[in-house]
Amino acid sequence: MTLHHCPESLAMVPEIASAGPVSAWGLLRLRRQLELGLPLTPKPYEILAEKTGLSEHEVMTAIRQWQAHGLIKRFGLVVRHRTLGYTANAMVVWDVPDDHVQALGQALAHTSYITLCYQRPRRLPDWPYNLFCMIHGVDRQRVMNQLATLIAEQGLEQTPHAVLFSTKAYRQRGGRYVSHD
Amino acid sequence: MMRLDSTDRHLINLFQRDLPVCERPYQAMSRQLGIAEEDVIERLHSLQASQVLSRVGPVFEHSRAGASLLAAVAAPEEQLDLVAARVNRAPGVNHNYAREHTYNLWFVMTAPDEETLEERLDELEHQLRLPMLRLPMVEAYHIDLGFPIDWEALP
Repeated sequence: MTLHHCPESLAMVPEIASAGPVSAWGLLRLRRQLELGLPLTPKPYEILAEKTGLSEHEVMTAIRQWQAHGLIKRFGLVVRHRTLGYTANAMVVWDVPDDHVQALGQALAHTSYITLCYQRPRRLPDWPYNLFCMIHGVDRQRVMNQLATLIAEQGLEQTPHAVLFSTKAYRQRGGRYVSHD
Repeated sequence: MMRLDSTDRHLINLFQRDLPVCERPYQAMSRQLGIAEEDVIERLHSLQASQVLSRVGPVFEHSRAGASLLAAVAAPEEQLDLVAARVNRAPGVNHNYAREHTYNLWFVMTAPDEETLEERLDELEHQLRLPMLRLPMVEAYHIDLGFPIDWEALP
């Protein structure tokens, strides 16, 4: 692994990066360790400090700054919804006129049962859809009811769409951007 | 299906985000929950072991933490498990789902940078011998899965 694989984590903490190359490597190691999860021991940041060669203070400062700058968007318990009984997971895709996609995307994102919403490119002729949203639900019927409500509320009766329920999860885990696979 | 007691539910409700960043985070959490620090740690261990939690820690912003891309292939139905296993063996795959569509296998591939990502996708496409739909994110309107759990609706 070389440093250029991950320049942004360093740019994100200029105060620490300026301390020198040892800290820079330490930050890269910290990113890797964090992707595996926080140790479940009374002083987890001290453990991370030992593993990365940073001080406990540097570890906590880096995490706080990554949060403040948005590299870490959420820091906490990562739930597997499937285990809890959220077994119906529908990816709903829409073919929305380009000049309307942003407004609709923002509206969908503010709908309580929509858990993800992205614009993506069409791949014609195979794939005409440019707006993706995810509905995580307890059962299929409830998800379909939510979708019907959504279509009525947003006036999407004429908008071509497809509903792709997931039938099997072969893998679900956090991204490991800097780890070796 | 996992049934959790009220303390576990409370723990999840409070800490899907904003886990304390201080010397004794589990102690800080235990005070909010009115239980012992060891109890918090024990519960987190057991929630991980029973797969209710995939981990405790950060969710990185994909577009800033590295490169990632949603891809799909249309696998012959009888080969779906086999194709899915091949996809899982490729480096950087962190989500992989079967879905009801002609494009029936959907996965997210990640890499430290765009160049490596393209190489990994090219290699996988070559191995699978299936045309791959590549759908990079253009814009995210809502990207966080830390939504409130509707405990009452669960079976």
